[in-house]
Amino acid sequence: MKRKILAASAALALVWSAQANAQANELTLCWAAWDPANALVELSKDFEAQTGTKMNFEFVPWPNFADRILNELNSGGQLCDLLIGDSQWLGGAAENGWYVKLNDFFAAEGISMDDFAPATVRAYSTWPKGEPNYYALPAMGDANGWFYRKDWFTNPEIMAAYKEATGQDLREPQSQKELLQIAQFFQGREIDGKTVYGASIFTERGSEGITMGVTGALYAWGFKYENTPGKYDMEGAVNSPEAVEALEFYKTLYQTATPPGYDNAYMEQSLDAFKSGQVAMAMNWFAFFPGLAADPTVGGDKIDFFVNPAQNVAASTLGGQGISVVANTDNMDGALAYIKWFADAEVQKKWWAAGGYSCHKAVLEDPNFVNTAPFAGDFLEAMGGVQDFWQEPAYAQLLLAMQERVHNFVVADQGTAQEALDGLIADWTEVFQDEGKL
Amino acid sequence: MTNPLPNPIEAAARATPAPVARRLRGLSDRAIAWIFVAPTIFLLLAINIFPLIWTVRLSFTNFAANRPNREVEWVGLRNYERILTDEGTWANMQTTAHFLVWTIVLQVVIGFTLAWLINRKFKGNDLVTTLIVLPMMLSPAVVGNFWTFLYQPQIGLINYIVELVTGIPASSFSMLGPGGLAPWSIIIVDTWMWTPFVMLICLAGLRSIPDYIYEAAEVDRASKWRQFWTITVPMVLPFLMLAVLFRGIENFKMFDMVTLLTGGGPGNETLLTSIDLKREAFEKWRTGYSSAYAIILFVTVFGLASIYVKALNKVKER
Repeated sequence: MKRKILAASAALALVWSAQANAQANELTLCWAAWDPANALVELSKDFEAQTGTKMNFEFVPWPNFADRILNELNSGGQLCDLLIGDSQWLGGAAENGWYVKLNDFFAAEGISMDDFAPATVRAYSTWPKGEPNYYALPAMGDANGWFYRKDWFTNPEIMAAYKEATGQDLREPQSQKELLQIAQFFQGREIDGKTVYGASIFTERGSEGITMGVTGALYAWGFKYENTPGKYDMEGAVNSPEAVEALEFYKTLYQTATPPGYDNAYMEQSLDAFKSGQVAMAMNWFAFFPGLAADPTVGGDKIDFFVNPAQNVAASTLGGQGISVVANTDNMDGALAYIKWFADAEVQKKWWAAGGYSCHKAVLEDPNFVNTAPFAGDFLEAMGGVQDFWQEPAYAQLLLAMQERVHNFVVADQGTAQEALDGLIADWTEVFQDEGKL
Repeated sequence: MTNPLPNPIEAAARATPAPVARRLRGLSDRAIAWIFVAPTIFLLLAINIFPLIWTVRLSFTNFAANRPNREVEWVGLRNYERILTDEGTWANMQTTAHFLVWTIVLQVVIGFTLAWLINRKFKGNDLVTTLIVLPMMLSPAVVGNFWTFLYQPQIGLINYIVELVTGIPASSFSMLGPGGLAPWSIIIVDTWMWTPFVMLICLAGLRSIPDYIYEAAEVDRASKWRQFWTITVPMVLPFLMLAVLFRGIENFKMFDMVTLLTGGGPGNETLLTSIDLKREAFEKWRTGYSSAYAIILFVTVFGLASIYVKALNKVKER
């Protein structure tokens, strides 16, 4: 009997030990569920082959991404060892100790932030912004850009009709106002026996959609969050005459040049509208452009891309993320090894080739880079002028306040642009007062 | 004549060993009752009462669940003051009241009518009843999703029917978009889904009325109309009031279906208090503020429900 008990105990110990070893050799990477995530799965097979570490992936659809992951971090969960989280989360993640500070690791492993594009390091890695405290490695550069039906834009009949209607040549929009004019021209037009519309833009209310869309216009008009950076003095900046004009522009674009029922649309709806041949132009993140270029229906020769047009200044809304090590991980060594592997210039080149947007200078500064994809040049241009939303620890409150104010004005047609922006300042002031920053 | 079988209780008592019997005899009926009830009371305290007290405590602070390192300040009644003086909150309350009143009115009227019709015997009665109750068997998530498609301006069936009947172009209006139709659209969906529930309760009420009452009324030459108002309605009323109570409580906390249909939009046109509360608590992470918000809603529902239950009891006593 004693022997049996001993044997059973030994078997249990073996199972437990094997399980513990298996866990030590596994990593779970969390990110949003979208095209680049699939590319990362393929890329990570190299890491698995090199290290013997099994990679697991937890991809959450965008509308639930922030909710799901922030809840996970907040509750001290151990789902993720590595996280490719939104840039706006950095402040809170650093303040709450959710991410590992990587400075010592970078120094020990010879990983230099100088090897990455400065705008991406500032946006995706540092907190406070611009300070050399690194909580992530730039992983996925991204910005909000545009794409259009090149086959329609080069159709002689349509070109002639546009010339007749506006007196101008139909071309890639060079300004926001030209974009509106082109979108309005296409609105309700019959093409190939089908009614088409001007543009699909972001109008979504629940998460971040309309803010990401409207800031494309605001930044192009020269919008600033503060008069003096770091002072939270928003009066006159957030509600400047230029900001009011930009907001009114976005509303006009929504009301006069988008498909019917387009009142709660974000990435997916924008892609659907374009792929189904409903719209002449669409805004979306560069991350989707490789998939669009390869689309059998609207890709190839039928599509082309352009950077967010300037109005007063050339500027684009920043997307993209850095990759961080979650402080709660039970496989810290494995997670850091992944970061080290991912930072390698050769891996970064493969990342770009696979469909990810590398931020590494070895990729971006390659003289041949602009020829590697039809949107590569636009991506470089966009990343040169990106602007990001507040990255404050209270970003969620700041974001939702803007979602509400802007959506109420643009989509629900409530109040004026001036009232919306004045109200936004009041909301943001209250948040910063609660934060003790005002 | 054989001896009767021994009483099983006595037999069990005799078979119980003396030490065990002594221990059992030591417990009073009250003690045994407490032993049985204690786990439930413990669970109730742990799962319901303690969180409630904790929520009350949090409602007087600026605690944010996503900021564990931030110092928690005691803010007194500031959260309550902010909520009760916020125009947005009152607008959301009005939106909720609009949704609540109209869904209940429509569900009661249509539900009662359907129950009255179904109560008559006709061929295929069972099949029709089953078909009518189908919507309430579906998940609100499913209902929300497929009604979103039905309401879609370009491919949706609703807009197509409106165009067919009225000539108004289908793509010229959006049931879930701006233009004031969204609050009515969510009312339509909720009514479609939950009218069968009201119908079933009314049907139970109608079938509980004994036939002899109607027969006596017939003997007294009471008209059908008079029978309806003096027999049917008073006797079904307690059932109807119960249905209203259930639907009222359910719709006060309505979240899933409306979130899927409109997400509270366009603007705040369909922003019910439950959706607003979720945003404050789990998107903006204003835990202290949202705790105060939850307490206010709790007191409102509890107060209204108490008044209503008293009225219901009075009706039943009649």
